[in-house]
Amino acid sequence: MALKRVIPCLDVNAGRVVKGTNFVGLRDAGDPVELAERYDAEGADELVFLDITASHEQRETIVELARRTADNVFIPFTIGGGIRSVADAQAVLDAGADKVSVNSAALARPELLTELSDHFGAQCVVIAIDAKREGGPPLSSPPCAAPATWGVHVNGGRRQVEGRDAVGWAEEAISLGAGEVLLTSMDRDGTSDGYDLELTRAVADSVSVPVIASGGAGELSHLSEAVSGGHADAVLCASIFHYGRYRVREAKERMAADGIPVRL
Amino acid sequence: MSARIAILDYGMGNLRSAEKALEHVGVTARISRDPVEVQAADGVILPGVGAMPRAMERIREHGLDELIAERRGAGVPILGICLGLQLLFESTSEFGGSDGLGLLEGPVGELEAEGLKVPHIGWSPVRWERESRLTEGLPSGTPFYFVHSFAPRPGGEALLGTAEYGSRFACAAERENVFGVQFHPEKSSSAGLRLLANFAGICAKSPAAA
Repeated sequence: MALKRVIPCLDVNAGRVVKGTNFVGLRDAGDPVELAERYDAEGADELVFLDITASHEQRETIVELARRTADNVFIPFTIGGGIRSVADAQAVLDAGADKVSVNSAALARPELLTELSDHFGAQCVVIAIDAKREGGPPLSSPPCAAPATWGVHVNGGRRQVEGRDAVGWAEEAISLGAGEVLLTSMDRDGTSDGYDLELTRAVADSVSVPVIASGGAGELSHLSEAVSGGHADAVLCASIFHYGRYRVREAKERMAADGIPVRL
Repeated sequence: MSARIAILDYGMGNLRSAEKALEHVGVTARISRDPVEVQAADGVILPGVGAMPRAMERIREHGLDELIAERRGAGVPILGICLGLQLLFESTSEFGGSDGLGLLEGPVGELEAEGLKVPHIGWSPVRWERESRLTEGLPSGTPFYFVHSFAPRPGGEALLGTAEYGSRFACAAERENVFGVQFHPEKSSSAGLRLLANFAGICAKSPAAA
């Protein structure tokens, strides 16, 4: 048995946690490593850092972040954002990261997944997919016969990739070498309405690798639902932890009470 | 006194996390393959990720098989982590097969995880099969972080811990001063740090440390 995982996600810009968020109880609100240490102490199973640095000159900062995290945090962590080559991945893995996550770069050049997998093993390669509902009933309606489909988006959701559907892309990415899927519902992201269970289940049931549900967590019950109803192996959360609304340990205690096997 | 531990570098895998975790528990850690440096240490960690046949090639290329055997003979504690644990055994079936270092009895084989995803990745509870200096203060059932497709089948009395993934498999071994864990203590939060601190304690009391 592998326990179900709770994974806090930190958006990082130029080596600092993105501004405008309200991290509670930290001396230096902008330091991702300090927050990562706190999450480790609270029982987080893994961490994901998504680098949203726009400027190429500042990309070195993500390697420095991986290094500082590995110095202080002793749980597995993934670095995503801006990984476009084996060399990019090598730099953060050498610094102490356990996995890399790729999104747009894999859509632009799917063989990147094979290159990464050949070099580092599939267990190091996470395919991140931003999915948006485009067919079937609207998310608010009760389940009915018409199957939903989800398009794939890039550049933070600003552009839809033509001819890609999320389930098919997940399957293809895995056949190319990805070892895990980080699946974000763009419809639910930021809403606090809960994960898109239908999307999560559609992908989780069609692939043979772990699926991390992302986008929409607002209540602790949502985390349990992503596992029990969405068949996710792990849940990614950002705002419910960052804003201090819940502690990681509370979340895991709630999941355990709901009958989900977690590390406490 | 704080122990000095050498992390054997044979060119496979990320050694930095293990180094930092050891430093975190007060160990003077040195990544090295230099015999003089390794012989100056109170303990040796054999890390590694990847395939065992290739790892054995690298180890022999650098003469580390002889260095490890010599250190073992001197009574210096040795801890294998993940692939490093597998290397301590006699043989593997991975990629057409290969010999191991043979410090522990038994072969290494594929996980029998029917119906489950392999590699086994994630946190799994570990059951201690007996008491050990290595696991002091860590209750049986403590979860550790795993990433692996193979596991050893310890013979003799070496079995120390097991975990369940499809079927129960050996994930910790101990014989005299030779220890091995299939999971990654350096990525297993406070439980992993405790295990490394325990190993450091064993090293501090070893003959080389005197």
